[in-house]
Amino acid sequence: MFPLASAARLQGQARLAGSRVAQRIPSVIRIATVAPMARTRTFSLFSKAAYAASSSAEKVPLSSERYPYLKRDPSFKKLSQEDIDFFNSVLPSSAISQDASDLEGYNVDWMHKFRGQSKLLLKPSSTEQVSKILKYCNDHKLAVVPQGGNTGLVGGGVPVFDEIILSTANMNSVRSFDDVSGALVCDAGCILEVLDNYLAERGYIMPLDLGAKGSCHIGGNVATNAGGLRLLRYGSLHGTVLGLEVVLADGTILDNLSTLRKDNTGYDLKQLFIGSEGTLGIVTGVSIMAPKRPKAVNVALLGLSSFEQVQAAYKRSRDELSEILSAFEFFDEASINLVKKHLVAGNNDPLESSHPFYVLIETSGSNKDHDDEKLTQYLEGLLTDEVVQDGVVAQDTTQFKNLWAIREGIPEACSKTGPVYKYDLSIPVPKFYDMVEDMRARLNNADVIGEDKDVEAVVGFGHIGDGNLHLNIAAKRYSDKVAKVIEPYVYEWTAKHSGSISSEHGLGVFKSPYLHYSKSSTMIDMMRRVKNMMDPQGIMNPYKYLPEEKK
Amino acid sequence: MSNLRILVATKRVVDYAVKIRVNAAGSAVETANVKHSMNPFDEIGTEQAIQIKEALAKAKTGTAEVIVVSCGPAKSQETLRTALAMGADRAIHVESDVELQPLAVAKLLKAVVEKEKPDMVILGKQAIDDDSNQTGQMLAGLLSWPQATFASKVELGDKSMTVTREVDGGVETIKTPLPAILTTDLRLNVPRYASLPNIMKAKKKPLEKIVASSLGVDIKPRLETLKIAEPAKRQGGKLVESVDDLVDKLKNEAKVL
Repeated sequence: MFPLASAARLQGQARLAGSRVAQRIPSVIRIATVAPMARTRTFSLFSKAAYAASSSAEKVPLSSERYPYLKRDPSFKKLSQEDIDFFNSVLPSSAISQDASDLEGYNVDWMHKFRGQSKLLLKPSSTEQVSKILKYCNDHKLAVVPQGGNTGLVGGGVPVFDEIILSTANMNSVRSFDDVSGALVCDAGCILEVLDNYLAERGYIMPLDLGAKGSCHIGGNVATNAGGLRLLRYGSLHGTVLGLEVVLADGTILDNLSTLRKDNTGYDLKQLFIGSEGTLGIVTGVSIMAPKRPKAVNVALLGLSSFEQVQAAYKRSRDELSEILSAFEFFDEASINLVKKHLVAGNNDPLESSHPFYVLIETSGSNKDHDDEKLTQYLEGLLTDEVVQDGVVAQDTTQFKNLWAIREGIPEACSKTGPVYKYDLSIPVPKFYDMVEDMRARLNNADVIGEDKDVEAVVGFGHIGDGNLHLNIAAKRYSDKVAKVIEPYVYEWTAKHSGSISSEHGLGVFKSPYLHYSKSSTMIDMMRRVKNMMDPQGIMNPYKYLPEEKK
Repeated sequence: MSNLRILVATKRVVDYAVKIRVNAAGSAVETANVKHSMNPFDEIGTEQAIQIKEALAKAKTGTAEVIVVSCGPAKSQETLRTALAMGADRAIHVESDVELQPLAVAKLLKAVVEKEKPDMVILGKQAIDDDSNQTGQMLAGLLSWPQATFASKVELGDKSMTVTREVDGGVETIKTPLPAILTTDLRLNVPRYASLPNIMKAKKKPLEKIVASSLGVDIKPRLETLKIAEPAKRQGGKLVESVDDLVDKLKNEAKVL
């Protein structure tokens, strides 16, 4: 019906909307709807490898060299031909790969920060296959790293040494959907955006949304307790996940795939796996509660002159927008400058002039007239009281997407000049931006920011509503000097303000040594006991999550 | 010194990003509870008019008044408010609850033109709901005005404009005296966002309502829609096991070898 205009419009915005996780996603996936999702996607699975091989992956140093304190656990068995023979008896040949170029995209994370040395990739397509594989690995003490869409930010989904990579990519079917309760049950390897499109056709929405939605798997989302853009509205996965199917280290299938909203019978075991980053078992199935898709969505981008005003605008949004508020995102001038420089090319800047701070507000509701009136009243109030200096309201879906693309494009824009030191911190909102300013001053004092220096920019953005700051330090190259200026200062600062050193990215290999900044030794000890009980052989995602035990 | 009056026609359509569904009766596209926006080409037209106005003001060579007009049901006023928030000066809503086909719209616009006497009428080259691409041309015919369609660049001269159009063979540049009809193509500009101060100002800008029947033109539909159907669903792809398999499928299933 709209072929000409829509195609042309899409072209115009491909640069923006496509920028999310972007170029590495096979286009097949981005446009996939549910019909082709089911089992036909296998053909595109190895394209990641192609991507990695054609990029600068060769230069990514081995994680074992970057983190020299990590030593391969000699008690793990090295892969032998008998092992391969066994896996061949469980899986079809198309689901096994030992080819170095195939493995490249699975050994290296998408940011090109971590590189493992795995020699074997397995892609089971059923829970039973996963169970057989893990039982064998447990019996023979072969280490395993579970991997979803490989969109993690802390190196949790890629191997460190020679762990076997167990990808959930071939487990990608929707198992059931209840049109009354909104309970969706699906395989762990379903791509978040595909699920969201599936639900969209039925009038529902996934309760989480993140920039990596075109690649990330729901199983990985659950295993890392991913937060994202809708958390403010729908809460965390600890609340929205109704049940899980997990294969434990010894191959036991723990079927807790409940679709019940309420269930107070015994310990809530599924919670243990949400955010366990594959160290306790592999999530193979997810039951999740999908809310109704809002009928009316509005987006506004505001320019503000101080962080105090950002807080004031947030406070008022909770009063005046209350139940229709669905996102309150903030970013600073340095963030938008990077986006303009690297992604948007600035032919249609939403706001006329620059502002020190920006806020993106989204409302979602069921009645457009009602929402419009509330939002307009709120925005007029902010403008009249000079809380905001300027702002725009999206008038159509193109503008809606373009405004979101600015916010979602920040992480990618940061990585355009080189490596990024990424920190994902929970900090009490009043202290939120002090972190960014302190870090900027600290790097300035160390004389490492600027032209011809190691660091390009220090940017702060994040989810104000969730008290979650993303501190990104965009660098041109890795340098020990810069790393030492940043760490452990950033963690000490966060601990001093009773924050969390990992708000939504998890621990992986990157943050595990710093866990004690956020958790007491008693708690870490308890975590170790849980790990030892669930995975006595320690084969599940080793070298990560919990800090090395001092012997 | 030139003082221009520019009339921009806008239409409220189903938002381009909405997945279109045919209603159960197969008689029309489902529009209830569906997001609507200004036709993208009309948004470009509004932007162009505002840019002309701004350019004249900046060069201090004249002024321009931008009037937006929309023909259709009461909800069309949403689209007019959007145009006012972008920077148009005033709006005219020609209200009609009956279906308006391109010829009817062209006749209604002609009546508005005769009343407002603009120097230029800007229309989108087509509306993305019915893809007719007729209204601008019909209006030029009814008014006996010159027309410059599918514009990708517009330069204003003295009582004339020079328009670059994208045609099959490349680009064509034409010059026409004013008054004239201009229809916009996609690359003409990128429409601006409606800013908060402008959204507030827009509320106070005049929006005149004219009942279509009072303009004394025949707006009866000339075309009858027999049926609306969705295109056939695309068949999923297939994996082939080997080259032989591929050749076999190309020969016997696709029948292209």
